[in-house]
Amino acid sequence: MSAVKQHKEPLLRIAKRDGIARSKAYAIRIVAVLLSLVVSGIFIFTVTKLNPLQVYEAMFDGAFGSNRRSWVTIRDAMMLLCIGVGLAPAFKMRFWNVGAEGQVLLGGIVTAGIMLTFGSALPTPALLVVMAAASLLAGCVWGVIPAIFKAVWNTNETLFTLMMNYVAIQLTSYCVALWENPFGSNTVGVINQQTKAGWFPAVFAQAYGLNVILVLALTVGMFLYLKYSKQGYEITVVGDSVNTARYAGINVKKVTIRTMAISGAICGLAGFIAVAGASRTISTSTAGGRGFTAIIVAWLAQFNTFVMILISLLLVFLQKGSIQIASQFNLNDYASSVITGIILFFILGSEFFINYRVIMRSGKEASK
Amino acid sequence: MEHTSAIQLKNITKRFGKVVANDSVSLDIRRGEILSLLGENGSGKTTLMNMLAGIYFPDEGEILVNGQSVTIASPKDAFLCGIGMIHQHFKLVDVFTAAENIVLGLEDEGKLDLKAAAGKITDICQKYGFSIDPAKKVYDMSVSEKQTVEIVKVLYRGADILILDEPTAVLTPQETNQLFTVMRNMKADGKAMVIITHKLHEVMDVSDRVAVLRKGRYIGDVATAETSPQKLTDMMVGHAVSLNIERPAPENPTPRLDAKGLTVYDAMGVKRLDNVSFTAMGGEILGIAGIAGSGQKELLEAIAGLQGLSAGASILYRPIGTAEGDQGVELVGKTPLQIKKSGVSLAFVPEDRLGMGLVGSLGMTGNMLLRSYRKGVGFFTDRKAPRKLAEDVMEQLEVVTPGVNFPVRRLSGGNVQKVLVGREIAQEPSVLMTAYAVRGLDINTSYTIYNLLTEQKMKGVAVIYVGEDLDVLLELCDRIMVLCGGQVSGIVDARSTTKEEVGLLMTRFEKEAAQS
Repeated sequence: MSAVKQHKEPLLRIAKRDGIARSKAYAIRIVAVLLSLVVSGIFIFTVTKLNPLQVYEAMFDGAFGSNRRSWVTIRDAMMLLCIGVGLAPAFKMRFWNVGAEGQVLLGGIVTAGIMLTFGSALPTPALLVVMAAASLLAGCVWGVIPAIFKAVWNTNETLFTLMMNYVAIQLTSYCVALWENPFGSNTVGVINQQTKAGWFPAVFAQAYGLNVILVLALTVGMFLYLKYSKQGYEITVVGDSVNTARYAGINVKKVTIRTMAISGAICGLAGFIAVAGASRTISTSTAGGRGFTAIIVAWLAQFNTFVMILISLLLVFLQKGSIQIASQFNLNDYASSVITGIILFFILGSEFFINYRVIMRSGKEASK
Repeated sequence: MEHTSAIQLKNITKRFGKVVANDSVSLDIRRGEILSLLGENGSGKTTLMNMLAGIYFPDEGEILVNGQSVTIASPKDAFLCGIGMIHQHFKLVDVFTAAENIVLGLEDEGKLDLKAAAGKITDICQKYGFSIDPAKKVYDMSVSEKQTVEIVKVLYRGADILILDEPTAVLTPQETNQLFTVMRNMKADGKAMVIITHKLHEVMDVSDRVAVLRKGRYIGDVATAETSPQKLTDMMVGHAVSLNIERPAPENPTPRLDAKGLTVYDAMGVKRLDNVSFTAMGGEILGIAGIAGSGQKELLEAIAGLQGLSAGASILYRPIGTAEGDQGVELVGKTPLQIKKSGVSLAFVPEDRLGMGLVGSLGMTGNMLLRSYRKGVGFFTDRKAPRKLAEDVMEQLEVVTPGVNFPVRRLSGGNVQKVLVGREIAQEPSVLMTAYAVRGLDINTSYTIYNLLTEQKMKGVAVIYVGEDLDVLLELCDRIMVLCGGQVSGIVDARSTTKEEVGLLMTRFEKEAAQS
């Protein structure tokens, strides 16, 4: 024996919690948010000499400063939520669908195409139904292709869905060139600007009311589907262990393809909402990276679609806020990104303290 | 004989949340002695030893090594104190050789000298009577060889206090005897040894002293020579337990499963099951013996419809009450769902509980649902019946869980097994297949399971019991089929055969191959 150490307990130890009261978990999260504001406040003050409170006020102003801004924030959060809801069943099945970007674009392309072609032929309600159905189908096809390859030949779905994104982007570029308006602008421009045919109508006098209703309906539906339906149960079993699924007589191939059909279809519908309900145009940035951000939304919420509402709102709020402070205080983008980063870091980090507790040497157990 | 103390534990307490795993345990581990640590599942044996190995840190109490108070905050500290633990699950790098695994993590000065290491390994092996090839890759090794590497690994690091956590669970009787010889050699060399095992005859065989834990408390220790399996069991459980397996004679057994020519190749093209034929009778327990990996897993999975079978195979199923001449239902070529739909009530407790039989992230209710979720016409699942079943299983088999929705992955091994066995028996099967149904279970629960199986047999169920403990196979089963290298090496009457005969059959073809 080379070294016998003194009897001394280590200063800090961590131990896994058995479970935690919901109220305590939320208390930890709130403390994390407050701490993140303090730390970013210190950062803001030392780097920019600005009053942190003013900066926070500006962030809030950027997201909810006016009625219009609030609705844009809500619209964008709904968009992100819709894709997150679409990704939830795939990721719950442990199918790494990183192809939401492409599925959204496909939904957008068919929506824009129908809007342009039949804009004058069909009344808007019928047009909306046709566009919704077509976008569901397009996203579904885009999601099912990698699923079939996975089910039949066991290809890697992460690479496959990722590659499908690039195909979708190229298809979008082609369509943009095809539908260019005005000629030479390399954009499609706002479709049916005069007639507004195929645009989402205002609901309850709100331009984006329909977006909210559609996405929240999907959110509730997906929650029930995953938690209480037979198909949702099959998704859970396949995601946990493919062998257990086979043991229970579940047709894993069928479940894989069916789930990706649903996942792709909802992402396709998100493309419909993005085109008919928001931008009224199509470009390669219609999805705008939301297909990837939504992965964070889905995982952070542990596939609970109601929690996803909060997370989408938070992410969009941070994004809008940082744009606002960048312009209002002439900060460069990086400064506001650092603030966003600090806030996210604390919120994610708080999960550690929810799952583990830290024990000090004295034996007193710190809860935070 | 006086032994010097290697380790003294004084009033060690360890809590996990509200659960007290060890409650003020004091224990002496002495040099030149093999100590058996005995206790039911969840009595805190592994937790206690993990604190010596630096995996957990005690909440209260003191550890003395050679009379000096020490802090063991990490496995490295444990090694500095000369403590080495061989865990239930091996921690080896598959693509490395034995020697590479053994030196892995050592921070010696200078260049890595595998040759010198191999020399030192060979010395250790000769000293204690092991045999391993330092240049052999781990993925080429049998379970027993891997275990030897683990033991040599801790000896190489200079450990003189060895803790073995259920080392015999994965070994054949012959390999177990080899291990015990080695342990006796190490004892003669003055090393202190602790062995955790559930098998009482092994306790009696190898140890000098037995320490008993019950529900986290230290009950006492006795010299092995002065005790008996019955006394030890009573100490462990806290009240008298009958250690006899009741084996009523089968009541008019009828053929239930008629398997012919079952041959299975695995994904690598290796023959795992070779032309296996047998009949499982309703109303009897058919034991399946064999060294681990002799085709037991493939056989059960083939019957369950989870393995592709080569051409010419046939499994005929005759439901309870079939007339004499009836052909029965052919199961080969059907998927598990088709088998179920053709009216076969097949219960299957697979070897890999969480990997195949259960959904780890779900609670007991969610796992009961696995067999019944298709019931009913609606789009949504019915949760009331599975919840009721979960509560029944929890009560009948005394499953320790915070609640029926607590993820089964976080339950202890024994409780996980109870959930699985409970669900499968609740299906009212006509064929019940179990693979190592009592692996890792304590005495009390094991006997509960044996009784449940016998109960099923008396109901006319065809029970297929794949086991590893020959004593139990001989006491529980009516007939025993022995597998060796994927082939049937014999089917014997369990009442008239001997342990030696079965043991010989287990290695029959290997010997024949060696002779020719």
